Amino acid sequence: MKVLGLIFAGGRGENLGLLTTKRASAALPVAGKYRMIDFTMSNMVASDIRRVGVLTQYSPRSLIDHLGSGKEWDLDRKHGGLALLQPYMAISNKYWYRGTGDAIHQNMTFLRRSDEDYVLMASGDHIYSFNYSEMFNFHFSKGADVTFLYKELDETYNLSEYGQLETDSDGRIIRFEEKPSQPVSKKAFLGIYFLNKHLLMDLLYNTIPQSDGYDILLDVLIPSLNKLRFYAYPFDGYWRNTKKGINEYFKINMDLLNNEVRQQLFYTGNNVHTKLKDLPSPKCTGTAHVENSIVSDGCIISGRVINSIISRGVQIKAGAVVENSIVMQDTVIEEGAHVKYSIFDKECNIRTEKRLVGRKDDLLVFEKGSVI
Amino acid sequence: MHSSIVAMVLAGGQGTRLGVLTEDIAKPAVPFGGKYRIIDFALSNCVNSGIYKVGVLTQYKPHKLNAHIGIGRPWDLDRKGGGVTVLQPYTYESGKAWFKGTADAIYENLDFLDEANPKYVLILSGDHIYGMDYMDMLNFHISKHAKASCACMNVPLNETFRFGIMVTDISKRIVEFQEKPQQAKSTLASLGIYIFNWDFLREVLIQDAKDESSSHDFGKDIIPKMVGEKDDIFAFEYDGYWRDVGTIYSYWESNLELIQSIPQLNLYNNSWRFYTRTEEMPPAYFGKESVCTNSLVSEGCEIHGVLNKSILFQGVQVGKGSLIQDSIILTGATIGDGVEISNAIIAENAQIGSGTKIGVGEYAENEENPGVYNSNISVIGYHAIIPENATISKNCVVHNGVKENATDNWQVPSGKCVR
Repeated sequence: MKVLGLIFAGGRGENLGLLTTKRASAALPVAGKYRMIDFTMSNMVASDIRRVGVLTQYSPRSLIDHLGSGKEWDLDRKHGGLALLQPYMAISNKYWYRGTGDAIHQNMTFLRRSDEDYVLMASGDHIYSFNYSEMFNFHFSKGADVTFLYKELDETYNLSEYGQLETDSDGRIIRFEEKPSQPVSKKAFLGIYFLNKHLLMDLLYNTIPQSDGYDILLDVLIPSLNKLRFYAYPFDGYWRNTKKGINEYFKINMDLLNNEVRQQLFYTGNNVHTKLKDLPSPKCTGTAHVENSIVSDGCIISGRVINSIISRGVQIKAGAVVENSIVMQDTVIEEGAHVKYSIFDKECNIRTEKRLVGRKDDLLVFEKGSVI
Repeated sequence: MHSSIVAMVLAGGQGTRLGVLTEDIAKPAVPFGGKYRIIDFALSNCVNSGIYKVGVLTQYKPHKLNAHIGIGRPWDLDRKGGGVTVLQPYTYESGKAWFKGTADAIYENLDFLDEANPKYVLILSGDHIYGMDYMDMLNFHISKHAKASCACMNVPLNETFRFGIMVTDISKRIVEFQEKPQQAKSTLASLGIYIFNWDFLREVLIQDAKDESSSHDFGKDIIPKMVGEKDDIFAFEYDGYWRDVGTIYSYWESNLELIQSIPQLNLYNNSWRFYTRTEEMPPAYFGKESVCTNSLVSEGCEIHGVLNKSILFQGVQVGKGSLIQDSIILTGATIGDGVEISNAIIAENAQIGSGTKIGVGEYAENEENPGVYNSNISVIGYHAIIPENATISKNCVVHNGVKENATDNWQVPSGKCVR
């Protein structure tokens, strides 16, 4: 059985504000050296998926630069490999992708030409480690037409932000509600689908596009909920969707300071691949103090770093204090500056003695290249 | 012009004075500087200098080295034209095999060079740590209309006895060569980096191969002979950072030089990056109780103890209450809780049990091999397992792959070895 991977990476993630003015949410840096899409890409590669299409639309430059030829994921191949699927103009077509369903519809040729029989669709801005093969086996053992991945959410998630499903005792989906204001179930759909490619193509051909675009879930799949066999497979590991907002993005990064989360994401499951930068190991100088933090390659730390995530090539000068913050690539925090509950995008420069203190529920966010 | 030069990297040496560190791997494959291996510096210099055809000559225990180089992808040496070729000794009809010396190694690969047919050949050692633009040297070579050029560096007068010393005239022509002299006439030491005109070198190597009195070595035979015959050989003066980490002490010292606030070897230069093949690991995590000063801590490390003046390679775990100073911990080593380590080199994947102390007591001469182990530094070999509450004093060696039951009480006095 061969599976084709499709990753939705075209959305901006409006709730992420300044962090996604110039990049798609899938290209958002996370956990020091990664970008969001690395996790889904690596999961797919680890599940023996050898052809991956990435659907891009919103400001894709940094995403395309990051993915390159797909070499870091072993997807630079003669057969299969990485395909970047961008909206295009043709005689018959001059539209942007009007929703996820339309995005796939416009790439029907890609589906038709690939020799895989099954399709796995996933979002590019979720963070989790999962080998999809478990889900494939479940799909076949149940004789399912479509399998959804779901997770029982605990109180750390806001249920009304997630699509919810109810299943019978066999795992068959009997009800689906998209983001209901009154929760119907704790089983949240994770935006990960598995189905036969030809079935997907049929469903797409049989969907009449709405003028304002159409969605793969709500307009293409869910209308067939009672006609086809929809099953749900549970995932019980760490999973988060960064699209939910800046606070969620902050929480994801801080979760990585928890040993259990790190073990799950990086050590017990698949290797997470990312674009290499060839920087030297980070250096702590004589005045450095680093506590409960993640520090990436190429950093030089001379100040105090507490409960923070420091990306590659960051410099924190002597006497500077960085607390509960996320500092992205190549940012410089100069002598004596004090920052707390802040997110600094790439290449910021925080001048000497500057004091920037946010609150846990009111984070300060600084755009790429800010000089403060 | 760049395609007209081929680099040949001599990477077959054992480096016997590195003791257990090179018992199972060749010296160029020994880890350095947090994430690199020694050969990365020569290979990175080649590609940074625009040289994309590189032969690597291996001989001594090449497995790690071969796996590291692979098809040369980390250095952009996976190319359709050129790229990296690993050249191992081979046999032919008359049954001849191993490389007898550095010159013989090149001679045995005349076919490789004939096929490339370059104008110039750059001969390098895979053992040295430095960042050098070989194009500067080639420009010098061309401007002098030289047949050969040798890169040299000024060394302190009291260290000249360790090097091959070049005596030059005002035009930088080498007029005399002194091998490890007691009375040096110059302080220009040869760095083992040569550029030859290929047609000239070809003739020299063929002649040398016929000479039965020769040891077939560049430094011992080829260069002195050229100087003796007053051939056009010039000294290119280099004044940057260069280290031959030949001994346990110099290996330890050169690594720790990287934690100076402005180290001489700049690993952060964007236009002169050093490339390597690494494990894919998440960034380093510093725990709530960690204290880390003057140290390098690589990806995949989890630190819960106290570090000072140390270099930690990838994936090192340090338990709570442990104290590590003036030490080098190689990839994948695990340090338990409450461990005290000072002046030590802990090799890859070694496991140190909780409560163990390494590097205590007074210096004593090493019982096994004082020629190699002659400093305060204790060395723990690859995959060695040291149980809880052991004591290992100064100048000790725990050999590669030693298991917990290798000795009874694990109280190892200074200068002793555990096998």
